[in-house]
Amino acid sequence: MPRRTKVYGLLGLLALAGALPGAPSSADPDAERRQGLRHLLLHDCGSCHGLTMRGGLGRPLLPESLADKSDEALTSIILHGMPGTPMPPWAAEIDEDEALWLVTLLRGGVSLGD
Amino acid sequence: MATDLRRYAVFAVAAWLAATPGASAEDMRGTADLGLVVERASGSVLIVETTARTSLGRVTGLGDLSHASAVFSRDGRMAYVFGRDGGLNKVDLLSRALVKRITQAGNSIGGAISQDGRIIAVANYEPGGVRLFDAASLAAVGEIPALFGPEQTPSKVVGLADAPGQKFVFTLYDGGEIWLADVSDPARLKVDKYPGIGRLPYDGLITPDGRTYVAGLFGEDGLAKLDLWRPEAGVSRILDGYGRGEDPMPVYKMPHLRGWAVSGGHAFLPAIGRHELLVVDTRSWREAARVTVHGQPVFAIASPAGRHVWVNFAHPRNDTVQIVDVATMAVTLTLRPGKAVMHMEFTPRGEQVWLSLRDENRVDVYDTRSFVRIASIPARAPSGILLAARANRIGF
Repeated sequence: MPRRTKVYGLLGLLALAGALPGAPSSADPDAERRQGLRHLLLHDCGSCHGLTMRGGLGRPLLPESLADKSDEALTSIILHGMPGTPMPPWAAEIDEDEALWLVTLLRGGVSLGD
Repeated sequence: MATDLRRYAVFAVAAWLAATPGASAEDMRGTADLGLVVERASGSVLIVETTARTSLGRVTGLGDLSHASAVFSRDGRMAYVFGRDGGLNKVDLLSRALVKRITQAGNSIGGAISQDGRIIAVANYEPGGVRLFDAASLAAVGEIPALFGPEQTPSKVVGLADAPGQKFVFTLYDGGEIWLADVSDPARLKVDKYPGIGRLPYDGLITPDGRTYVAGLFGEDGLAKLDLWRPEAGVSRILDGYGRGEDPMPVYKMPHLRGWAVSGGHAFLPAIGRHELLVVDTRSWREAARVTVHGQPVFAIASPAGRHVWVNFAHPRNDTVQIVDVATMAVTLTLRPGKAVMHMEFTPRGEQVWLSLRDENRVDVYDTRSFVRIASIPARAPSGILLAARANRIGF
């Protein structure tokens, strides 16, 4: 299972990166990657959370539903998933900066017309 | 003389009828070769026809159609399109108009039409449960709150299907129960409940003969089966432990069970978190084989002609479609139609299959004998393709 090994490898690296104090948070993905991430959010995350992020089989991801959760907690859920639920870990395709960028996008409210 | 006169009168009436707008045979058409394509991001559907393989027009204003599905009126003219935003849309395939739209819940997942065609049932995530509507007027006629356990917790409902005997069968995602509701009298609903089917059932299906209902489990290795001929025997587990204790891979898209593949005495089911189709003998309901495929299957759909099962896959392997030969239970062909193959729909006799390519903004039509693409139709982020022939099938 080379794929699984790769995932664990990434998780290990991320754990290391997370342990560093003041890990940089301003390393926003470039424009092309942002477009790709936004597409992923709307269509792939959206297949469970809804295109409008109002929820489906997965929970709503609206600004108000995320308000009481920290960036760290949300980033960690994106990267590592939620064991015992269908939320998968995305660390094989999304790095920590990208996950944080998605969290920021969600906090501002994301909709199709943007 | 009298006969001649009568004949003249008949001709005169026929000529008058032919001159009346909307009454000529050329203007009229059937719906058995019509269907719709859901454009998930723009709240619209394309009305398509499978004879010349063209789009006839677009109907807009259907709301949030991420995860949309549809059922058809028993005359095959109306489509009931269920939106994620709780919208229930009634679309006339012939006039290509949105006849009526109601918002019946906060968040819904799909619906079904009763055996007699008079009741539309909608499965809801928010507030949960099932709501029933008159198919003609869309007036509310009944409600089945899906409350479970000692606390009477509301549950999301998945896998809603019509069942013979004017019934609906569905599954409680949070509650892990299968419910069988008799809606013969919507004012006095009769609901039989089958609890303890397993953790996190994510979808359900009914066999084409209307006898067996199966719920897929996300939280456990196996599926739950209810024999509707002997519901008193309760729910039994099939394919128990199919993962053989191995951890499943992360699942980036939930498989769908509706539109499943039954052919040659076998059912082909997507395995959760595995690059496999599970093949079950539909007499014994025991595992008959496994087919290793390209990725995690989302849909496995048998051609109405029976020989092949077409399979599409979850992100990030969703640019591929594989064809499994039912006779040998092996993949015989791998196609790469394009980015994000969302759905596949066969024409009723199986000579064509339509594929939606979300990220290519088009629908492609393949000939199922040559496996060659024979048409391509522009569509905006297409997902579900639903042909009106579903009107005459149990479980659709």
